[in-house]
Amino acid sequence: MKPGSIAIVGAAETTELGVIPNMSQIQLHADCALNAMRDAGLKSSDIDGLACAGEIPTNVAHYLGIVPQWVDGTAVGGCSFMLHVRHATAAISAGLCKTVLITHGESGRSRIGALPRTIVPASLQGQFEAPFGIMGPPTMFTIPVLRYLKTYGVTQEQLAMVAVVQREWAAKNPRAMMKDPITVDDVLSSRMIAYPFRLFMCCLVTDGGGALILTSAERVRDFPQKPVYILGSGESVETPMISQMEDFTSSRAFRVAGKRAFESAGIRHADVDHLMIYDAFAHLPIYGLEDLGFVGRGEGAAFIAERNTAPGGKLPLNTNGGGLSYTHTGMYGMFALQESVRQVRGTAPAQVKDVQVAVCHGVGGMFSASGTIVMADRRP
Amino acid sequence: MTERPLPAITPETRHFWEGTRSGELRLQKCGACNQVYFPPRPFCPRCASVAVEVFRASGRASLYSYVIHHRPVPGFVPPYSIAVVQLEEGPRMMTNIVDVAQTPETLQLDMPLEVVFERMTDEISLPLFRPARSAA
Repeated sequence: MKPGSIAIVGAAETTELGVIPNMSQIQLHADCALNAMRDAGLKSSDIDGLACAGEIPTNVAHYLGIVPQWVDGTAVGGCSFMLHVRHATAAISAGLCKTVLITHGESGRSRIGALPRTIVPASLQGQFEAPFGIMGPPTMFTIPVLRYLKTYGVTQEQLAMVAVVQREWAAKNPRAMMKDPITVDDVLSSRMIAYPFRLFMCCLVTDGGGALILTSAERVRDFPQKPVYILGSGESVETPMISQMEDFTSSRAFRVAGKRAFESAGIRHADVDHLMIYDAFAHLPIYGLEDLGFVGRGEGAAFIAERNTAPGGKLPLNTNGGGLSYTHTGMYGMFALQESVRQVRGTAPAQVKDVQVAVCHGVGGMFSASGTIVMADRRP
Repeated sequence: MTERPLPAITPETRHFWEGTRSGELRLQKCGACNQVYFPPRPFCPRCASVAVEVFRASGRASLYSYVIHHRPVPGFVPPYSIAVVQLEEGPRMMTNIVDVAQTPETLQLDMPLEVVFERMTDEISLPLFRPARSAA
């Protein structure tokens, strides 16, 4: 695929965000999909490709009245939507379909029509992790971190700064769930969840969704919004078991996806004006900065603590407030993509000046999967 | 559910759980490339050889990383550690650290550990680890 040959021409989140007890999960998919179609000036009958996670494409196609000629139900966790974007660019380039809708909807907080969360006892995780008291992401995603802290001499205060800086971004965003300023002391005195992780180092649990519409760059003049071009992308998976992650201080999936995204986009780190790194927990932006190559190994925490990613810093990161302060339905990757699109369009609440190149990096599962998308405001 | 979740044994993992039931920690080793690996598979995940053998591991390990969970979970009394240990033979596995206070001060990374087997049912004994009592 040639960089810039596919564009995002529609993007929207659910009308409400945070606590939505009056909508089921499938309706959250539909609500943001209808908003994205309105954003692009399209009807369901104009969509011929569909990708989604959480719900299978069959459910979403039927509910929205779409007749797809191409579907992608890739479900590798919260970065599934990065993979959908990547797959959609390939499908459109190959002529398999013309106009792709990607949807996310999750009733993560109210759990209306949500799927049960279970670990199959005969799976490898069911046999070799579940018996030891794991209970959701706070007990798994966090396990590598003590090893990281010891390896690089990083402190819990530096870890806390990730949450502090992201709250500063969230304060600029009316739709963020948590907007009140916090200090390192606030973070380190918040309720202990799973040592060394305290409440403010863990993501929110919310209801919401988001949708994107992609088509060929040749067609962008037919759409009302400023197009956001896909320059490059990458994807990978590693392991469903956090205990089997190769390196507890670095994600292989991050490195593989990130390298491929930068290479396929033909960009260097200095070209990046805006960055999103999926932050389910406070250590994710640190690992992401290092594994994407923005800083050296062990330097990510100091880079954030020294305010390089804060408002006014040289590398604006997670400018919506992130999963820690903006919203986190369970599969947050779609919201990271939405913020990248807003920043490239120039319509973000905390708008960064003149964003030409944006990188959006997602994680799935507990360092289990990764997807990276490079966007631009123009064709190269 | 008020008990801790237990594994459902599969054909590929039977040797492991038969081992823990009889007081042995069993790993697998590739006859072609000598890779020692876990979790169980009837082939080598590094070179794809099926010439693999099961052997009894030493049970010695070191504490690689962990969290101390503070919230209630069926079958556990918080706070309790969820740990990943580095086995002497190379692979890592998830476990709980037992017979020691569940605090950051007592649970030091790289401390030597040894396996103990906790009988849960007639079929399942779980491999847990405690601070090493004998010199390695």
